[in-house]
Amino acid sequence: MTQPVSPPRDSIDKAPAASGPPAWRTMLFRADVRTLSLLGVLAALILIGGVTKPDEFLDTRNLQLVLTQASVIGVVTVGMTFVITSGGIDLSVGAIVALASVWATTVATQEYGFVGILFTAVIVGVGCGLVNGLLIAYGGMVPFIATLAMLASARGLALQITDGSTQVVTVDAILDLGERDAYVLGIPPLVLVFALVTIIGWLVLNRTTFGRRTVAVGGNAEAARLAGIDVRRQRLYLYLLSGLCCGIAAFLLIVLSGSGQNTNGNLYELDAIAAAIIGGTLLSGGRGTITGSVLGVLIFTTITNIFALNNLQSDVQQIAKGAIIVAAVLVQRRTASTT
Amino acid sequence: MPEFTSRRGLLFGTAAVSAGALLVGCTSNETKDDPAANDQPAADDKPGKAVTIGFAGPQADHGWLNAINQNAKSRAERYEDVTLEITEGSNDTAQQIGQIETLINKKVDVLVVLPADGKALTQVGLKAMRAGIPVVNLDRIFNSPQAYRCWIGGDNYGMGLNAGHYIGEKLKDKGDARVIELAGLDNLELTKQRTQGFDDALKNYPNIKKVARQAAEFTVESGQAKMAQLLQAQSDFDALWNHDDDQGVGALRAIEQAGRDDFLMVGGAGALSAFQAIKKDDGVLKATVLYPPTMAASAIDLARALGQGKGVGGLAEFEIPSSLTLYSAVVDKDNVDQYMATGFK
Repeated sequence: MTQPVSPPRDSIDKAPAASGPPAWRTMLFRADVRTLSLLGVLAALILIGGVTKPDEFLDTRNLQLVLTQASVIGVVTVGMTFVITSGGIDLSVGAIVALASVWATTVATQEYGFVGILFTAVIVGVGCGLVNGLLIAYGGMVPFIATLAMLASARGLALQITDGSTQVVTVDAILDLGERDAYVLGIPPLVLVFALVTIIGWLVLNRTTFGRRTVAVGGNAEAARLAGIDVRRQRLYLYLLSGLCCGIAAFLLIVLSGSGQNTNGNLYELDAIAAAIIGGTLLSGGRGTITGSVLGVLIFTTITNIFALNNLQSDVQQIAKGAIIVAAVLVQRRTASTT
Repeated sequence: MPEFTSRRGLLFGTAAVSAGALLVGCTSNETKDDPAANDQPAADDKPGKAVTIGFAGPQADHGWLNAINQNAKSRAERYEDVTLEITEGSNDTAQQIGQIETLINKKVDVLVVLPADGKALTQVGLKAMRAGIPVVNLDRIFNSPQAYRCWIGGDNYGMGLNAGHYIGEKLKDKGDARVIELAGLDNLELTKQRTQGFDDALKNYPNIKKVARQAAEFTVESGQAKMAQLLQAQSDFDALWNHDDDQGVGALRAIEQAGRDDFLMVGGAGALSAFQAIKKDDGVLKATVLYPPTMAASAIDLARALGQGKGVGGLAEFEIPSSLTLYSAVVDKDNVDQYMATGFK
């Protein structure tokens, strides 16, 4: 196990290179080993898929499908990676996706069309994130409890809004976005949004002051405070960011499924945390990797895809998913301790 | 039946109000503008002894379960002699046991229970029966016949059977026909029964082979995801049976996105959106196999009859039967109009 890295106080707001070449090089190398081991797992899965179902698996449509299905949970995971990197947790992501999707698909909202639905989803997501952030940063609540409360109440509210029924989307502009005609150079728009969120997330975490502050708060909040970081404001922003990602994900899910339902986003919190953890983000905070998280999501989606193509049943799928989480983490621990 | 439609419209329109009413357990003092007196209840309509019926059901987080609650409430409202004590729905076994015990302590005359888990709630059913409160067990069955006076519910095996026969008849002249199945939650007993019935029906048609089965989760999202995978895995098949119309909304979306229309699809449960699609007949969905939420209204009828010591009209018996299994009718374009009013949202 590696120790959480807490940057020296004077270097937090400067470029990472300032923390000295040897440590920096070690960090980069470790990150690379981790990424490589994840790429190895993904490559092995692709090999298994290619061998067992060559015609169906190695097919452009299948690639489009895997990436599309990774998009919704992928966007949520990017937000989750920031929160976990800062030493927090967001258990409410699935419930926020559900609430944002049903609110955005109520009949009244659908009258305002594409823009109405998009904005409602994003605003509801950000609003929930704001509540989480205020409770945690300024209310002094433990993230686990605050977001657990949000999980319960957002699900309840989603159920109340829908009364248990499915809100079918009738806005053509939304539905068209999920059709094959909307693909840009063969890439589904959902995947483009996912890619964009990933790139922005990577840049923000690795190349901005905001990102360095996030890592610093997660590594050692007290040290970060002494270094002049407004830790509370930083935490507020992070839960806002997670909520924003949930809002975007809810919109993608509306496009994908053509509806809003209170059961949407079921167990997203666990999938997103699992993807971030196998990606190499430390649950105790202080280290986060967007690349790793996204690879984690892709690994899960690819497994599901291979299982479905081979007509394996859900019990087998769940057992294997658990085994792969364990294997991936063990491989990482090995590679991390040998460097 | 048309009157029933307008009544449903009214109920859905005042959903928030109903939710409030549900919380305080108050149902009897709403306006009686009931025009639906002409459809046939199980026992006779004549006012009799006042009966208080306790109703405990699971959380209505799904279209069908919501329709169950609505059916129970609207049926109870039309009887002047019935007071309905309704508990807040819960999927938590311990909580539901507590709710039923509260109803027992309140000394309701009859209990109607749709357990989140029939096996887990058997003991509390026994307790009610021992306390002299007859239990109408709705749908998910208790483990012991001693735990209820009367069971009424749907036929999951029959759903699979009838879906299989419908598909079988449509494909009987086709050599080497291929069929796939999109099942519901695999950890529910009812999913296994639906699959078993389907497989048994297909045995009558040696030309048909089931080539794939995936389990979704009764949700739109899972229906879309699993169907998209199935379509990718099976480039060529003739029929699809989907266990549930709610997840069917997602499945139909996946089919549309994949641009496929080379097979016929049969749904399950009887959602309004499925009926509308069948009536329109412009897509793959050709039929749905019923699992009628009207069983909740019938359960209220039976509970009232039990409370008043009546039998069932049209039968020679003096007592109501100990079990009633509803028929899983196949609704297709020919008879969809007849069922349209019972479709749930």
